[in-house]
Amino acid sequence: MIGRFSLLPEQASTVAGQVDTLYFFLVALSAFFSVLIAFVLFAFVIRYRRSRARKVVPTGGGFLALELTWTVIPFILVMIIFGWGARVFVTMRTPPDDAMQVYVVGKQWMWKAQHIEGRREINELHVPVGRPVRLLLTSEDVIHSFYVPAFRVKQDAVPGRYTSMWFEADKVGEYHLFCAEFCGTAHARMIGRIVVMEPAEFQNWLSGGSGSGDMLAEGEKLFEQLGCRSCHQAETGSRGPTLAGLFNKQVQLADGRTVVADDTYLREAILNPQAAVVAGYQPIMPTFKGQVSEESLLQLLAYIKSLQGPKAAGADAAAGSGKAHAMLPVHGGQS
Amino acid sequence: MTETVVFEARDAEVNYLNADYGVRSWLFTKDHKRIGLLYLASITVFFGLGGLAALMIRLDLLTPAGDLVGDDTYNKLFTMHGVVMIFLFLIPSIPAVIGNFVLPLMIGARDLAFPRLNLASWYIFNIGALFAAWALLAGGIDTGWTFYTPYSTMSSNSNVLSGAFGAFVTGFASILTGVNFIATIHRMRAPGLTWGRLPLFVWAMYATSIIFILGTPVIAITLLLMMVERAFHIGLFDPALGGDPILFQHLFWFYSHPAVYIMILPSMGVISEIITCFSRNRIFGYSFIAASSIAIALIGFLVWGHHMFVSGQSANASLIFSLLSFFVAIPSGIKVFNWTATLYRGSVSLQAPMVYALGFIGLFTIGGLTGLFLSTLATDVHLHDTYFVVAHFHYIMVGGALMGYLGAIHFWWPKMTGRLYNETLARIAAIIVFLGFNLTFFPQFVLGFLGMPRRYHVYPDEFQVLNVFSTAGASILGIGYLLPVLYLLWSMRYGPKSEANHWGAVGLEWQTSSPPPTENFDHTPVVTSEPYDYSEPVEVKRVA
Repeated sequence: MIGRFSLLPEQASTVAGQVDTLYFFLVALSAFFSVLIAFVLFAFVIRYRRSRARKVVPTGGGFLALELTWTVIPFILVMIIFGWGARVFVTMRTPPDDAMQVYVVGKQWMWKAQHIEGRREINELHVPVGRPVRLLLTSEDVIHSFYVPAFRVKQDAVPGRYTSMWFEADKVGEYHLFCAEFCGTAHARMIGRIVVMEPAEFQNWLSGGSGSGDMLAEGEKLFEQLGCRSCHQAETGSRGPTLAGLFNKQVQLADGRTVVADDTYLREAILNPQAAVVAGYQPIMPTFKGQVSEESLLQLLAYIKSLQGPKAAGADAAAGSGKAHAMLPVHGGQS
Repeated sequence: MTETVVFEARDAEVNYLNADYGVRSWLFTKDHKRIGLLYLASITVFFGLGGLAALMIRLDLLTPAGDLVGDDTYNKLFTMHGVVMIFLFLIPSIPAVIGNFVLPLMIGARDLAFPRLNLASWYIFNIGALFAAWALLAGGIDTGWTFYTPYSTMSSNSNVLSGAFGAFVTGFASILTGVNFIATIHRMRAPGLTWGRLPLFVWAMYATSIIFILGTPVIAITLLLMMVERAFHIGLFDPALGGDPILFQHLFWFYSHPAVYIMILPSMGVISEIITCFSRNRIFGYSFIAASSIAIALIGFLVWGHHMFVSGQSANASLIFSLLSFFVAIPSGIKVFNWTATLYRGSVSLQAPMVYALGFIGLFTIGGLTGLFLSTLATDVHLHDTYFVVAHFHYIMVGGALMGYLGAIHFWWPKMTGRLYNETLARIAAIIVFLGFNLTFFPQFVLGFLGMPRRYHVYPDEFQVLNVFSTAGASILGIGYLLPVLYLLWSMRYGPKSEANHWGAVGLEWQTSSPPPTENFDHTPVVTSEPYDYSEPVEVKRVA
C-alpha cells in the first residue's frame, strides 16, 4: 500500500510473484558468490600475509582445469538465468486475448486514460481485480514511462507510436503509478495511483463520471466529421480500402511490403497516409496530422478496430488486401 | 622482468619534473609524464565539480519534499553530475592520467608514439570540457547525461547545444589517446617484450583504446545529429518532424554501453598490477585475464539494447540483447576469480594500493552480480530506471573504476612525484571510501527494488529512511575522497623521498628512478622473462 515503509515491495499482480521468485533467486546467487569471494580473499590475505619468518615460494601462473571450471559453471548459471528471465518476460509481453483495453496518453506532466466505455481519468487508473488489462500507450510530447511497481511492470510511452503493456491485478487496493522516464521539470510529480477494485464496484465506477460518450461513439462521430466515410465505404469500388475486419490482418502495400494492420499501422495510415498506401489504391488520402489529438486518434482507432466483417473470425481471405468483399461495419465489442 | 639496470652512473637529481621550469615548459611539453600530470590537474578539478553536484543531490534527497532546490535546479544538478563525472572525469581518468604516465614506462619506451598528438589531446579535452562546464554552470542543462530525444531536441529550454558540443569535442581527445596507445603498444615495446609478456595494464589499455577508436565516433555523430535537430529542426529523432526517438537511444547506447568498459577495463588492468605486486606472486591465468579484456571490449559492443528492454524495442531484439549481455558476465567473472587465486601462496602485504585493490574486487563483484539482475529480462522490466540501476552502475563506475583509479594513483604516486605519502592515512582513507561507498549505494538497491524511480527529487514518504542512510553514507564518502587530496598534496612538498622501486615491484616502470628522467630510461631495457616474475626477491634500488 501507499505510504508504508517496508523492505519488500507490495505484490499486486499475477506476474509480481514470478518476478520476485526470480529476483530472490538472483539475490541468493549474488550473495553466495559475494560471500565466497570475500571469504576466500580474506582467508588468503590472512593465511599468506607477508612475514619475515616465511620464505616466499611464488606460485600462480594458472591452472587450466580451474580456469575452465570458473568459465563453464558461471556460463551454465547465466544461461539458466537468461532462460528463466526470458520465459517470464514473454509472459509479461503476451496479453491474454480477453484483456480489457484501456487507452493511455502521457504528456508533460500527467497521465490521461480513457476507457472504451467512455470514462476518462487523469493520473489515476481504475481497474477491476482478477481481469487482464491491456494498456495502449502513447505520448503527446516526449518519452514517458508507465510504471506500477506493485505490478512489476513498466513500459515507455513513446511519441509517434503505440506501445502496449498488460497486467492482471490480483489484490484490491491503491498502488503507486510513476513516470519512470525522465521527461522534464515536473518529472517527479508525474505520479498517480492505480485503483484496483472489485469487479462489481468497478462496473459501478465505470458507469459513473462525466457522462461523455463511449469511445466507439466518439470515434464514429470523428469518422463522420473528418470525412473518412466518404472514401472508406463498406462497398467495393470505393476510393479507399474498406476498414471492416482490417485490424490485425495482413495488408499488402503498394510498395510491395506486407504489414500487419496493428495500432501503429493504423496510426501511420491516418497521419502519414503516403507512407502506407494499400496495393491497388491511389495515393490520394490527405494527411490528418495536426487535425486530431492523440486522444481523438485513439477514439478513432477504437472505432476502426470495432468494425468487423461477418466472416472476420477466421477469414484469411478477408485479410485486407483492399479487394475484400463489402462488409457492413458492425459494432463489435473489442478486437 | 629485466636484466638489472644500473643507475649509479646517472645524476639522479635530474628528472622530468625539475629538468625544466616555468609555465611554458609545462604547457608546451611533449613529455607523456608531464601531460599525464596536466590531465591529472584537469580531471581533479572536474571531479570536484561533479562531486559538489552529487553532494547537493544527496542533500536534497534527505527529505521527500525535495525542499532544498527547485525542480529545474535538481534536474540540472544530476545532469551536471552525470556529464562531468562521465565525460570529464571517468573516461579520461585512468587512460589519460595513469596510462599516459606509465604506459611508455611499462613497455620500456621513451614516450608515446605521437607526443604532439598527445599534447593536442589535452588541449582538445580542455576546450571541450570548459565548453561543457560553462554550459552546465551558466544556465545549466536539464536533459540528464543521456540527452534522450525528443526531450533534448524539442522540449528542453536549457543549454543543450553547448553542453553536447563540449562532450562532442572531448571525444576527439579520447580518439587521439586511443590511436596513440595502440600505435605505441604495437611499435615501441622494448626488445624482448613480446605480446605474451606485456603487463596486463597494457593489455587493458589496448582493449580500452579499441573502444575509444570504434565507439567514440558514434557518440560524436549521435550528438551532432541531435544538435542538428535541435538547431535546425531537421527531423531525425522527433516523431513530430518525422524522426524516430528510439533511433537516438540505439545510437547513444552503441557508444555509451562500451563507454562503461572504457571506465572499468583500465581499472581492471590496474588491479592486476597491484595484486601481483602486493602478493609477490605471478598473476594467475595471465592469458585468460588478457583475453578477457579483449573479449569484454568486443562483446561490449553487442549489448547496448539491454538499456532498452521497455523502450518499445521488439521483444525478439530484447531477447537477443539479454542473451549477449550475459556473455559479458563470463570474462568479468574470470578476472575476479583469477585475482583471488593470485593471492594463493603469495606473500600478501596490505599497503594502501592493495587495500584499494581489495576494495575494488569487493565492490566490482557486487556491481557485476547486480548487472545480472538488469540483463535478466523479467527483472529488468521492474528495475529499469529505478534506483537499482543507479546503485548498480555506481558500484561499477565508482566502486570499480574510481577505486581502481585511486589504487593506481596510490600505487604509482612515488613513481610520479618521487615522494611518499602517509601510508597510515592512505589506508584509513581507503577503508573510509569503502565503507562510505557501501552505506551510500547499498540502500539504493533496496530503494530500486521497492520501486523508487531515478531522477526523482520529490518522492513518497516511505522511501525516506533509505534515502537518509544513503545521504549519510555520501558524507562519509566525501571525507574519504577529500583525505587523499590533502595528504597527496602534502606529500608533494613534505613527503619523504621515494626510492626508485618503492614497492619492490618487477614492472619496467620501477626499473628507472623515481621520478623518472625525461627520457625515461638511461638505456633501453631488455626484457628476458614473463611479467610478474617474483621468483627472485626484488632488490629495492636506492637512488637518492
